[in-house]
Amino acid sequence: MQFFFEVLIGGLLAGVMYSLVALGFVLIYKASGVFNFAQGAMVFFAALTTVGFMSMGAPFWLAVGLALAAMAALAVFTERVVLRPLVNQPQITLFMATIGLTYFIEGIAQLAWGAQVHALDLGVADEPIGWLMDHTGMNISKFDLVASGIAATLVAVLALFFNKTRTGRALRAVADDHQAALAVGISLQRIWVIVWMTAGFVALVTGLLWGARNGVQFALTFLALKALPVLVLGGFDSIAGAIVGGLIIGASEKLAEVYIGPLVGGGIESWFPYVLALGFLLVRPEGLFGERRIDRV
Amino acid sequence: MLYRETGQFKTAYAADQQLFPIRQDRIGIAVFLVVAFLGVPLAALTPGLAGAIDFNYWFNGVLIPFLIFSLAALGLNILTGYAGQLSLGTAAFMAVGAFAAYNFELRVPGMPMLLSFVLAGAAAAVIGIVFGLPSLRIKGFYLAVATLAAQFFVVWALTKFAWFSNYSSSGVITAQKMVVFGYAFDTPVKRYLLVLGIVCLMALAAKNMVRSAVGRAWMAVRDMDVAAEVVGVPIMKTKLLAFAISSFYCGVAGALYAFAYLGTVEPAGFELDLSFRILFMIIIGGVGSILGSFLGAAFIVLLPIFMDLSATSIERSFGLALPSGLVSNLTLILFGALIVFFLVVEPLGLARLWQIGKEKLRLWPFPH
Amino acid sequence: MSEISERGKIGAPLLQVEDISLAFGGVVALQGVSFDVREHEVRAIIGPNGAGKSSMLNVINGVYHPQRGTVAFKGRRRRRVDPHEAARQGIARTFQNIALFRGMSVLDNLMTGRNLKMRCNVLQQALYLGPARREELEHREKVEAVIDFLEIQHIRKTPVGRLPYGLQKRVELGRALAAEPELLLLDEPMAGMNLEEKQDMSRFILDVNDQMGTTIVLIEHDMSVVMDLSDRVVVLDYGRKIADGTPDEVRGNKAVIDAYLGVAH
Repeated sequence: MQFFFEVLIGGLLAGVMYSLVALGFVLIYKASGVFNFAQGAMVFFAALTTVGFMSMGAPFWLAVGLALAAMAALAVFTERVVLRPLVNQPQITLFMATIGLTYFIEGIAQLAWGAQVHALDLGVADEPIGWLMDHTGMNISKFDLVASGIAATLVAVLALFFNKTRTGRALRAVADDHQAALAVGISLQRIWVIVWMTAGFVALVTGLLWGARNGVQFALTFLALKALPVLVLGGFDSIAGAIVGGLIIGASEKLAEVYIGPLVGGGIESWFPYVLALGFLLVRPEGLFGERRIDRV
Repeated sequence: MLYRETGQFKTAYAADQQLFPIRQDRIGIAVFLVVAFLGVPLAALTPGLAGAIDFNYWFNGVLIPFLIFSLAALGLNILTGYAGQLSLGTAAFMAVGAFAAYNFELRVPGMPMLLSFVLAGAAAAVIGIVFGLPSLRIKGFYLAVATLAAQFFVVWALTKFAWFSNYSSSGVITAQKMVVFGYAFDTPVKRYLLVLGIVCLMALAAKNMVRSAVGRAWMAVRDMDVAAEVVGVPIMKTKLLAFAISSFYCGVAGALYAFAYLGTVEPAGFELDLSFRILFMIIIGGVGSILGSFLGAAFIVLLPIFMDLSATSIERSFGLALPSGLVSNLTLILFGALIVFFLVVEPLGLARLWQIGKEKLRLWPFPH
Repeated sequence: MSEISERGKIGAPLLQVEDISLAFGGVVALQGVSFDVREHEVRAIIGPNGAGKSSMLNVINGVYHPQRGTVAFKGRRRRRVDPHEAARQGIARTFQNIALFRGMSVLDNLMTGRNLKMRCNVLQQALYLGPARREELEHREKVEAVIDFLEIQHIRKTPVGRLPYGLQKRVELGRALAAEPELLLLDEPMAGMNLEEKQDMSRFILDVNDQMGTTIVLIEHDMSVVMDLSDRVVVLDYGRKIADGTPDEVRGNKAVIDAYLGVAH
């Protein structure tokens, strides 16, 4: 029983990380209707830039600041070069453009900083929490706990930003109805830059946490794919859904690997979340929290 | 004035429905086929030329992969370009084809090679239908989830269940030699001709399907499925047929990939990035276009080669030694930039540019 | 103005709508609507905006499924019909906001209208030579007859997305006609047209009814068109039927006048 809880909590904490990636997607999708496949590449780029500056001798916080600036520049660049020219195109076109953007960002990142794996040490070790281990025998990583704490703080900050500030209100207006937002004088372009910068910031946090856990490497770009089942479960346009979806995917993935995996030879983590999402879609095509679409004929 | 259609009147619908209604096009395609089937092999066998040009490299490294990827791109175009069902699992269907052909050859004594390929395509078609079933309820991006599930599951299954690779330790299979009706296709020229023949036949079949009722049904489902239903198009059958035929094409392409190109393959060689490569081929080449599949495949196959050649010539002329990752990273950057470029400037891809070129040629030398 | 006696050919009821009730969540679209449509007639459905006219058409060809009531077509009474099934039985329609296949040419859109009638399987089509080719040419001839009738020969190879609105509406009519339907449902076929275009469209509709004998159900806002074209009229308001009769009968009906003038009731 205790083992079950260990796996469950480990899964939930891993799920928090998935939620973070999904969060970046949701932000961009809510504000611009674009499914940003490049989110994974942005995570990779942000982490790599931080580590790169650190390896050049910059202290941690300076490196983070520079990476943040780089993400902001990327947001402006993306808005000018990708979003603006494609502004009225169907969703699928924008999606494919973000795939192109992914390769572009990956190429630049590796060109600038090299393709080898970088280690990232955030000062929190990936070892079991002392007193929890002693009292209950459960193996839960310190790092995972701290990561969840950071993620929770980030979500709270974002929620405050969206609900309490003027820019946040403008973002919500744009997410609701582009035309109406334009009609009240909100500049769509400015909003999109802000949204992509925010997503860039989320990508940076995600990148640092993932990078510290698994090393900063090219495989980070495929995080984008792990987020897809999360978004399917939680809906593409719901922050709460991204959180809940991430937790569910994380937990179910670990539990499936541990309990079902041995029956079929293991390694089912690679496809289980997708099949789960698929099953879910068949029952509820718009996700747990997504808006139901009613097509008018 | 070369490309004028003046004087070419069609007096019957049959003439209008031809594949190549314009005479110049007919001549062009005939010349192209003659060059492809006769000219190239003859050149390769001419002693003088064979010394100057490395034909083996061109066959093995350029022409054969180009043809095979064109076939896979055709398959994906049928599903995504014509029927509008986004698929990110192309490589998985290719893998099914490759491993199915291998197993048929291995386990069924006296199995004719071509039949193995057909059955490999059929096996891929079955998998395609299974993973295409969700398309009846799910649309757009969400469907990408189903095809991603296919992609990851198939690769996992082929790795996990050693039966598929005949219990080889690493999952690698070595494709058997291709022998059709007792004639061995083992030299580059012969392999090229076999692949060329198969691809031409299947491209013709695709073109025929696309201009017939089934093609119209696919495009109707892509453009507005509610209206399609109202007009009487059976949505379920149409979508599943698209998955089946598309996967068949990808399965045959996968079998050829193993048998005529690489020789040895493993499940890990059919990962997601291959699916993306083929998706790029149809984006750049032109979605919803048969010609576009070929143009896109040519582009994607030739681009890295072009980059390598440029890099070596720059190194040679300036006496530099470029850093090792530079070319591959620049290729990535160029890929990404080109995709965005095409989507912004010409979303219908190279095929549309080709069409525009032809239209300009019709007017030449007049400006309008 | 057409009277039943002049036509002389209007037959037995082809379509019978009985007690149809339709609601979307809390919004009631139709309440207990019943009427019939006789063979070879032109039946108009009119009413103020939001009266449920389009919903009624959608129920008839199966796009919406009513919570109560049945639709009987050619004697077969059903509550739930698939749109695909309705097409197979001989019902074709056009939509208020044009539902053409934008990626295809005019010719292909019309040919798609005939897909139902094509029998060759995929393999035959892949081969093309032989039965598939013969079938394509056969249906091409039928479609060309429709193209001639609607005078759209000059745009037959144009992708429909590039056509002006009026021509798109005509092409949509063409696609419906290509199916050789017994019942044709037209949802505001003249919306957004100028006088000339309306005259052309009216002529086409009348010709379809006269020459091909097709039964037509027509939603239209332009009262003069309704009076000129239709044999009988159904009036809906807030989802209920408030009048049913010849154009003259309906025109003088007080409830109808009130509905249009917005008198509270």
